[in-house]
Amino acid sequence: MSSTWKAGNSFGRLPSTHIVYLVALLTLVVGAVLVATTGRNFFSPGNISSILTGTSVLGFIAIGQTLVILVGSLDLSVPYVTSLASLIAAGVMANSSSNILPGVLLALGVSAVIGLANGLIVAGLKVHGFIATLGMGLIISGYLATNFKGSFGQTPFAFRLVGATGLGPVPVSTLIMLACAVLAMVLLHRTRVGHHIYAVGGDLNVARMSGIRVQTPIITAHIICSVLAGMAGLLLASRLGVGSPTVGSQGGYDLLSIAAVVLGGTLLAGGKGSITGTLGGVLIFAMLDNIMSVMQLNPFVKDVVRGIVIVVAVAVYARRTILKRPPRFGHGQPEEPATKQEVAA
Amino acid sequence: MSRTLHADSGAVLQQNRAGAGERFRRTLLTPGGAVFILLVVLLAAIIAVNPSFGEPESFIRFIGRTAPIAIAAIGQYFVIVAGEFDLSMGSVVTMQVIVAGNLIGDDDAKVIPVLLLMIALGALIGLVNGLATTLLKVPSFIVTLGMMLALFGLVMYWTGGAAQGNPADSFRQIGRGGIQDVPVLGIIPYPVIILAAAAALGFWLMRRPYGRTLIAVGDNATAAALTGTRVWWVRTRAFMLSSLAATVSGILLVGYAGVHPSVGRGYEFTAITAVVLGGVVLGGGRGWLLSAAAGAFALESLFTLLNFLGVQSTWRDTVQGVIIIVAVAAAARSWQRRRRGSTAPARAEQHRITATSAKPAEGTEQGGNGY
Repeated sequence: MSSTWKAGNSFGRLPSTHIVYLVALLTLVVGAVLVATTGRNFFSPGNISSILTGTSVLGFIAIGQTLVILVGSLDLSVPYVTSLASLIAAGVMANSSSNILPGVLLALGVSAVIGLANGLIVAGLKVHGFIATLGMGLIISGYLATNFKGSFGQTPFAFRLVGATGLGPVPVSTLIMLACAVLAMVLLHRTRVGHHIYAVGGDLNVARMSGIRVQTPIITAHIICSVLAGMAGLLLASRLGVGSPTVGSQGGYDLLSIAAVVLGGTLLAGGKGSITGTLGGVLIFAMLDNIMSVMQLNPFVKDVVRGIVIVVAVAVYARRTILKRPPRFGHGQPEEPATKQEVAA
Repeated sequence: MSRTLHADSGAVLQQNRAGAGERFRRTLLTPGGAVFILLVVLLAAIIAVNPSFGEPESFIRFIGRTAPIAIAAIGQYFVIVAGEFDLSMGSVVTMQVIVAGNLIGDDDAKVIPVLLLMIALGALIGLVNGLATTLLKVPSFIVTLGMMLALFGLVMYWTGGAAQGNPADSFRQIGRGGIQDVPVLGIIPYPVIILAAAAALGFWLMRRPYGRTLIAVGDNATAAALTGTRVWWVRTRAFMLSSLAATVSGILLVGYAGVHPSVGRGYEFTAITAVVLGGVVLGGGRGWLLSAAAGAFALESLFTLLNFLGVQSTWRDTVQGVIIIVAVAAAARSWQRRRRGSTAPARAEQHRITATSAKPAEGTEQGGNGY
């Protein structure tokens, strides 16, 4: 079966990132046609700007989520970190421009501490990332629900400009997001810890036996993910002008970011994938949202479409990956000494 | 198969050759057993704070209240022990509640047909989840996430996000009513009976070949496939069981909570928390069904305790978060130790057995490959 795919179908040989961008292109074409039928222009500067704005918040979170998924973990605490960061930033700034820097630093610092805690729980206590970050998310959510009843604080005008201005049709927030993406790519492809992230995500035991300190990449990935979630919180605070305890969970950023990462061709099990793919996934989501808004689809039907697109798109990649790469060394479990003896005898 | 193993007592590890009392003590020390200790401690604490909770009548009502989440946990157990996730559970509960509310109406005659329709819908959703996971090779996390979004979107589209419909009273009695005038207990709520039936059925199923295969698939799907298991069908049935359990929870919740699109929200994570609290390992292959149900009870009694202690309900999430991290960290340690063989004698015994079985057995050509 795999040979027919390899021989007959050039699709099977495409790297998954290319497929992501093919899907994005397809979405673009379909979107342009659909939008044109309503008599509007998909490529008008206003529409492009609104699509790119839609990519920024999810983009920040999805970049961080990519690192965490690559290392073989998950982060479900991001929406709460985002809300918390927006509250801290807006609370510290309290509508005074001189407080912008302390507000930003404190929000990102608290996010980093949460990421450190996540990383230590996953790497040190050997708790599955799903549970560790679900628990951490619940802890923060309880704190938020107890201490904040509604929006809180206020961001000064200078800070609000970040979320509102743009260079031509490209919003500043998207540029910052892309800069973060480039930094993350440099980290992944040019630094030791980046290579270790791939190694640990590919197979933790093999990485450990090759002499990698497996804790470092796991903790690093979690810290960066939380800091980026904090950045998303800052951006939301700058857009809304206030901090809000529910802004993250309302966006459903935990599951959507994971979906965007997987849509970008990254293996959910870790070890394989790229930031470029994730950006493609985020772009697909942003375009879908935009198309459905322009078409004035019922907002609840959007969720249905999103759900179907996620499953179908991932099914397409999954088919490819599975057929192209059969497992070479079994399932990653080290062989027990006992079975070795039996084979030898 | 297990009988032949036991008859040849040489194949039983020394550490497992112990009296019933000793084996019971060891079972309690595993994560799956420890949840029962936790549950007893929590219940004792609640009764210490509020003695009236210990009266049979209020206690049985507590069990009835916990039944929906315990049934959901039992359903989630099948999926988790097979090494997958079911995130669509909450949306299935919501959908079933809305279906019941809108289709039954005031017509008693429609109760049975709609009930059958709900069960069929539940089975169908599980089938779709399972087939997409196993045949399309999409990770179950993504499949069930997509299903969750799609179902929730459909439900909201249908209802417009508002409470709607009110099923006939006879239907609500399933979740709300009970057998009256029972001595000592006063009333046995139907949810308690349904929970007991579900637990018994699940317990029996896990002892059947299906249950054994399910655990084998969760532990190592490749090995299970090589021994001739149809892994895709075993996993698909686990997803169907999960959705059916969510359906039953939904039916019970109609009686308790009424018809509203917010019923069932977050159920998937609560069910996963309960299962994990019961010592079941995410990734599959380890854990007991009744421990998963006990995990649901432990979680619910924890909330009850916090309630009686006057802790603000908004802190519930925080406590739940701390508890699952601590429980899973402890469980990770404990299962690891158990798997490696914790004591020196146990290791010596393992060496003795592997050393003997490595020799060719009589009448076969080679050790290990003698078929």
